[in-house]
Amino acid sequence: MSVRKLSKNVLTGFVDGLISGQKVIGVQAKGDRFEFAPLLSVKDLRLDYDVTLTPPKKLFQPPVETLMTYSADEGYKSQYDSEKFVLIGVHPYDMIAINQMDRIFSQDNCDTHYFARRDNATIIACDVVTPSENVFASSMGTAVVKKGYDILLTDVGGEYIAEAATEKGEKLLAMADGAPEASNQDLEKRQQVWDRNNKILNKHKLDCKPSDIPNLLAKAYNHPVWEEKAKTCFSCGSCNQVCPTCYCFNVQDDVSWGHKTARRQRFWDGCLLDGFTKVAGGHEFRKNRADRFRHRLYRKGKFVPAKIGGEIACVGCGRCVGACLPDIANPVNVYNRLVKDIGV
Amino acid sequence: MCQCCDTKKDIYLPQSATVSKTRLMNGTELYLRLSMDDGRLEYQPGQFVEVSMPGIGEVPITITSSPTLKDGFEMVVRRIGSVTNAIHRLKPGDKIGIRGPYGHGYPVDEMKGRNLVFLCGGIGLVPQRSFINYILDNRSSYGELTVLLGTKCYAQRFFHSELTGWTKRSDINFFETVDQEDDCWSGDVGVVTTLIPKIEPQLKSAQVFVCGPPIMYKFVLMSLAEMGIPKDKIYLNLERKMRCGVGKCGHCQINNFYVCIDGPVFRYSDLNIAPEAI
Repeated sequence: MSVRKLSKNVLTGFVDGLISGQKVIGVQAKGDRFEFAPLLSVKDLRLDYDVTLTPPKKLFQPPVETLMTYSADEGYKSQYDSEKFVLIGVHPYDMIAINQMDRIFSQDNCDTHYFARRDNATIIACDVVTPSENVFASSMGTAVVKKGYDILLTDVGGEYIAEAATEKGEKLLAMADGAPEASNQDLEKRQQVWDRNNKILNKHKLDCKPSDIPNLLAKAYNHPVWEEKAKTCFSCGSCNQVCPTCYCFNVQDDVSWGHKTARRQRFWDGCLLDGFTKVAGGHEFRKNRADRFRHRLYRKGKFVPAKIGGEIACVGCGRCVGACLPDIANPVNVYNRLVKDIGV
Repeated sequence: MCQCCDTKKDIYLPQSATVSKTRLMNGTELYLRLSMDDGRLEYQPGQFVEVSMPGIGEVPITITSSPTLKDGFEMVVRRIGSVTNAIHRLKPGDKIGIRGPYGHGYPVDEMKGRNLVFLCGGIGLVPQRSFINYILDNRSSYGELTVLLGTKCYAQRFFHSELTGWTKRSDINFFETVDQEDDCWSGDVGVVTTLIPKIEPQLKSAQVFVCGPPIMYKFVLMSLAEMGIPKDKIYLNLERKMRCGVGKCGHCQINNFYVCIDGPVFRYSDLNIAPEAI
């Protein structure tokens, strides 16, 4: 696969070409923050962003999606999104989260709705230029990504190194006119960016190795930290909503006026919300806020890792830290407290 | 991208089934006999299906029949929410959607040759009945069979004639109680745990299967612990609202287990952290 060097102008031309040919989703400003949204002009693309409000998971698992329709004549019919798109500007931690979701949605039973969108996407990831206020990717080992993307862009100061990693990426990168092959010196510069990001994306420092977290949690089920933190929890689910590795959902039917047709939709759901574990008859298995608070951190640090081969399902994006009003969601604070009290 | 399957089958799409028989068994429990329109539903005792009512929704329901039943399969549905109320309006000939079967049911092969005790609380009889009838249809493959059933009140009892049949058979020890006294009831009165001392000799050598409302597990497990029954001889059939049934949606998760794919039947000793389980 090729690695090429793109000047700012060449990158502009390249992205312009993409926009004229297909749907492009790119990072752009939303007020003084950033979001993934349909990119209409290359001028709006902001590869120097710090972090987006919501992670790119919404493009593969939308907040609301129709799984199937029903009509009395035809019965149930699956609905799939078929539009191909290019996604530009996915940071390494978010890419790693997408890689994890790929495993989750393919294992046990393959979720064809997720993969219809995933297969339609060509992902252009980009290395972080501006560290966000709460990022701790360096602590989680997610500041740099090595797989999952089709193309990886790295800003090496005024110009970009673009590495194609898949056939899809190679084909796309071939459209970048006037981009020479990257020299060893360019690759050296890129390595420096990676080395730097492995250190500086660390606004909250984890006091243990990420791989220590499952064992740490194995000893912490009855630790007082869950009650202490959850005392001020609003059960609002903001931490779930902004998390790139939260994928729980609810399923509901919606009937048309006239009762002739219906659709079945799935919605994002959150394990912090009251009622998440309610069953018929009203019994709720995690009625206690502290149980729900603990469940989220156990899912990230123990349960999901056990399903995906050990990788911790917190990628250090820091979004939950900023989204949590009572300021209790920061996983690093909880894990560090446990390291201090229990030891790894 | 997806390299996990070639089928590209939509795991959420229900298949059509036809209702062949319905019977309201008491004020709230409806018995249904169903058959898939396209072939036969292959299932194990203890597995569940997702039942779809168009435009209303989908609910997980355990199959109550034994797979030895030749003609279709059976469910018992309590009227409690919008979907189950819609199910209660079904008539023979009506179509519904079925996905599944899902989950790990009872360890039917592992239990061969062993003595088995079933503790059922109210509607907890419904999932257990699948394995009990499976044993009765393969009687020589299993050891001594004991069933305890506790129901809230006489009026809520169901499967009357089948229970009477169990009372008469010599190859099943069947004990029943109701929580509240009733003029029509001449049998035992009290919660299901009051029956446990009666089967002390059977319990010592048996594998125990428990299914009932959340509150029942607490007291039954306390009684079993007092009698010194080890946790690895106890199996729990747990209830959760599985929105997807295929290990994705997160609603049925108990610590590291998903009830929909790792259960609903669990060995008690495997549920390492019990507080959230029951």
